[in-house]
Amino acid sequence: MRILKQLMIILFISFLGEILKMVIPLPIPASVYGLVIMVAALKTGILKLHQVKDASSVLIETMPVMFIPAAVGLMTAWGALRPICGPVAVITVTTTVIVMAATGVVTQTMIRRKRRRRK
Amino acid sequence: MKELISGSLFFGPALSLLAYEAGLIVKRKFKLAILNPLLIATTIIIGVLAVAGIEYEKYNESAKYISYFLTPATVALAVPLYEQLSLLKKHFAAVMSGIIAGVMASMISILLLSKLFGLTHEQYVTLLPKSITTAIGMGVSEEMGGIVTITVAVIIITGIVGGITAEFVYMIFRITEPVAKGLALGTSAHAMGTSKAMEMGDVEGAMSSLAIAVAGLLTVVAASVFAEFL
Repeated sequence: MRILKQLMIILFISFLGEILKMVIPLPIPASVYGLVIMVAALKTGILKLHQVKDASSVLIETMPVMFIPAAVGLMTAWGALRPICGPVAVITVTTTVIVMAATGVVTQTMIRRKRRRRK
Repeated sequence: MKELISGSLFFGPALSLLAYEAGLIVKRKFKLAILNPLLIATTIIIGVLAVAGIEYEKYNESAKYISYFLTPATVALAVPLYEQLSLLKKHFAAVMSGIIAGVMASMISILLLSKLFGLTHEQYVTLLPKSITTAIGMGVSEEMGGIVTITVAVIIITGIVGGITAEFVYMIFRITEPVAKGLALGTSAHAMGTSKAMEMGDVEGAMSSLAIAVAGLLTVVAASVFAEFL
C-alpha cells in the first residue's frame, strides 16, 4: 500500500488520540491514546497490518532523530540541571540497575516456576 | 550569517540530520555502547550553536518540525506490540509481573532517592518517567509540571547506562532467560535498551520492544499516583 495512505491512517489515529486527551482529564499524552487505539484497531481487524506496517517501520526507525531538538534543548536547561547534577547522576545510574534487576529476576523466576510445574 | 540562519526554515532539520549521520558513522566505527548516535548528534549541534553564537530558540524554530513526528511514531509502536501479542499471551503472567515489578521498583527507588537528596516536587516529577521511551516520558513530565528538557536528558543517560550495564547486571543476578533479559532491558532503558537487546537475540529484542510500550503505559498511570507522594 502507498506509504502516504499509511501515514494518513497513523496521523488520523494521532488526531483521535488528541481528541481523547482533550476530553479525558487524565495526565496521559495523546500519543499513548493513539497507541492503544491502533492496537485495538489491529486486534479487532478494523485495521489490517499491511495498511500501516511500512509507514510504522519508517517512523520507528527514524524515532531517535525526533528526539534531537529536545535533547539539544539541554543547553537551555543546564542552569536548572547544574545544582542537582550530582543527585541526578546517582539516581539515574542506581535506579536503572535496580529496575533491570527487578524485572529480570521476577520474570525469570516466574517462567522457571511454570516450567517446573509442567514437568 | 546569523540573519541568514534565523530566517531559514531548513537550517535546524538539516544540521540535525547531518549530525545524526555523523553519530551513526562514529558508532559503526567504534562499536562502543557510550557512543550513542543521539548523544553524539546532540553534542555536535550544541557545539556548532555555541561556536556560531546561535540561540537554541533560533535553531528550534525550524528543528521543531522533526519533533512533530514523535506522536505518530509512538502510535506506530502499536505495530511491534501487536506482532508480539502471541508471545505476550504465552508468558502473560510472567511478562506482566516482571514489567510491573520494574515499574514499581523505578517509582519507589526514585521517590526514596529524591527524598534522600531533598529534591523539590518539580525535580522529582522530572525524574519519574526516566526509564520509559522519550515520546511518552516527555508527555508525562509535561503533564506533571516537570522540566521536559531535563527529563529528555535523563532518559537519554538512562538508555546509555542500561546498554552499558546490562551484561554485568545479568551476570550478577544470574539472569539467563531470553524473555527475562529482553523485558529487563526494555523496562529499564526503553528504545536504547532495546537496540542492545536486539544484539543479544530475536526473543530478547521482541520482548524488549514489548516492554517499551507496556512499561510506558504502566508508568503513565503509576507516575500520576506517585507524583502525589513528594
